[in-house]
Formats: sequence, structure tokens, C-alpha cells
Amino acid sequence: MSTRSSWPLYEVFVRAKRGLNHVHVGSLHAPDAELALRNARDLYTRRNEGVSIWVVPAEAITASSPDEKDPFFSPSGDKVYRHPTFYEIPEDVPHL
Amino acid sequence: MNLGDGENAYDALTAAGSDASHWAFGTGFSPALSGVDRSVPSDVDRDDLFAYCLMLGDDALILSQRLMGWCSRAPELEEDVALANIALDLLGQARLLLARAGDVEGAGRTEDDLAYLRHEHEFRNVRLVELDCGPGPGGDFAATIARLLVFSTWRLALLSRLVHSRDPVLSAIAAKGTKELAYHRDHAAQWTLRLGDGTAYSRERMRAGLARVWPLTEELCTPHAIESRLASIGVAVDPASLRSEVDDVLGTVLTEAGLDRPDVPMLATVGGAAGRHGVHTEAMGYLLAEMQHLARSMPGATW
Repeated sequence: MSTRSSWPLYEVFVRAKRGLNHVHVGSLHAPDAELALRNARDLYTRRNEGVSIWVVPAEAITASSPDEKDPFFSPSGDKVYRHPTFYEIPEDVPHL
Repeated sequence: MNLGDGENAYDALTAAGSDASHWAFGTGFSPALSGVDRSVPSDVDRDDLFAYCLMLGDDALILSQRLMGWCSRAPELEEDVALANIALDLLGQARLLLARAGDVEGAGRTEDDLAYLRHEHEFRNVRLVELDCGPGPGGDFAATIARLLVFSTWRLALLSRLVHSRDPVLSAIAAKGTKELAYHRDHAAQWTLRLGDGTAYSRERMRAGLARVWPLTEELCTPHAIESRLASIGVAVDPASLRSEVDDVLGTVLTEAGLDRPDVPMLATVGGAAGRHGVHTEAMGYLLAEMQHLARSMPGATW
């Protein structure tokens, strides 16, 4: 098939049964978003992994660059005081 | 995937009695048909029920074998997995139905005995599922999709009625199968829309694929005497009752895809007999030879 290389790439996010957020699990090729969702169901949830799927065109994702790693992330490494550790968290408030 | 000391995902998944709560993915499996009453209703003829379980089981088994042929040969990796998943769903249905057939027969035959050690004339599948649409010589993805569309539309209509069967096992198998078939039908319909409403070339391929499988559709809604008898006592589904739903669904998909219903003659029966009677097309012998070869040449082999 000469058109094989033209199928766009989609990134797949799955929310597990016990999970709270959709988690990135991988990527796949599909001719359009509807089939990307179905392909994702077949590729990433066939072992009972999830209850919800998002697919996003890979080209729609703007990612931070490895070159920017230090200016982006290093400044937060020594500022433990940004953690609100002085709050007492009630027992019955999960996932805070 | 080894994640380091004590972090082997598969060891942890299979460890007996382990608490699975730390697994975010892939837990909560439950065995099919657990807790279902396996007795046969007293007014049901066991020979009839045995044959009916074979009919529904063989349909699933033979189409599963056909779809498995596409594994690693589909147009895309993603479609490989999709067709293999569908084939495995059908294999699961076949296993339950053939196991039930063996139970009902009471001669000690297992699902494997019934799948691998029966002769061609003892298989009761409709001839639609044995048609060779590839991926080998003459293989055709569009015809494979066309057959899957027709088959899953028909079988979904069938199983959604079989849920009300007086046989508790058939009812449970049907309830499990409807969810699977709904997905199979959706998958085939999605591809039918894209091929039919795609390029001039893809439309022609889809049209030809439909024309190839259409002659085998008449048999789907033609009741065998056993089906009629069991339907009359609320155990089986009369396939003739499925015709309007199947026609409606296929009509909707074809219209949406811009395709005409094929105008082709139906494949004749052989003196009134067809797949449900054990009369098959030439393709069936080759399929069984491949499917049964290992089990017959190495009886009882396990691995």
C-alpha cells in the first residue's frame, strides 16, 4: 500500500479503572480520529486496562524541548518550601 | 518486561493470592459463565440441543480461523491486532458453545475433540464463514470486511434474541457475545463507510467484496428443522425472524457508504441441504486440513 506512510500518528491516553487521570500509554497510526479510537481500544485495552480512552493527533502536542530542560525544571529543584507541608490532611480526603 | 528486583510484571500478576489492588491496569478479570446453571431443561431434546450448539459454535470457530489468517498480513499493524481480537472473541464463543455441545451430548467429547476431530460433513456452520477471502491467493481485505459486516450484523441480531433462551447456558453465552458482536459490527461498518465513501478505487473494491459474499447470505435466515423445533419451545432463535433487522442494518450502512445492495443470484443449496446440514463448499476441506492438521498428526499434544 503506497499510502501506508501517510496515516497520521495519534497519541493514546487511557484512564484505568482505579486511576484518576488519563495516562499516556503509547501511540498508533490511523486514517482518522474515529478509527484511532478503535485502534487504541484494540491495542491498549485488550487486557482489561481501561475504562476511558483519549486519542490526540501527535502533531497537536506542543512539547518542551530537552534543550530547555535546565531552565524549565532545575529552578524548582531546591525550593522545598513550595510544598504546603504544614497542612494537616484529613484522613477521609484521598487524592489531595 | 523486567522492571528490576521483584518488579516483574508477569510474576506479580500470576502470583497466587496476591493482592491486585496495587495494579492500575489489567485486573478484575472474571471467568466466563461462572455460576450459570448447566442443567438441560427437561423438555429439550438433547440431540437437537447438541446440534444447535454445534451450529452456533462452528459459525464462530470457522470465521475465527479465517480471520486469524490475517494476523501479520493485514494492511496495517493496527488492523492486524483488530482482526485478531475479533477472531479471539469468536474463538471464545466457539469454545463455550462446543463445550456446551459436549456436555449436552454426554459422550465425553471435549471442545477440542469437537473442533479438531470432526469430519467436514459433521460441521454445521453456514457456508458464509468458510469462504476464502484471503489473505492468501485471491485474498481481499474488502471482502473480509464485507463478510464481517454481514456476519456480525446477523449474529448480533441472533444473540440479542438468544439472551431470552430457556437454556441457561445459551442465554449466558449470548449475553456475553452481544457486547463483542456489537464491536465487531461497528468495526466492519467503520471500514465499509471508509472504503465505500473513499476513492473510486476503494469503492470498487468494496462493491466487489460485497458482491462476493452476498450469494451466501440467503442461508443465514433459512431455518434448519432443528432450529425451528428448538425455536418453537423457546430455546433457539428462528433465523427467519432475523431477516428484517439484518436487512435494515445492512441497508443503513450501505446507504451511508454510498453502496448499492448487490444484485447477484444466491448460492443454491444441494438438494435443499447447505452448511447447517453439513454440506459445505470446496474451501471447507482446505480450511479444516490446516486447522486440524496438528491435532490429528500429534494426538493429545500439549504445550
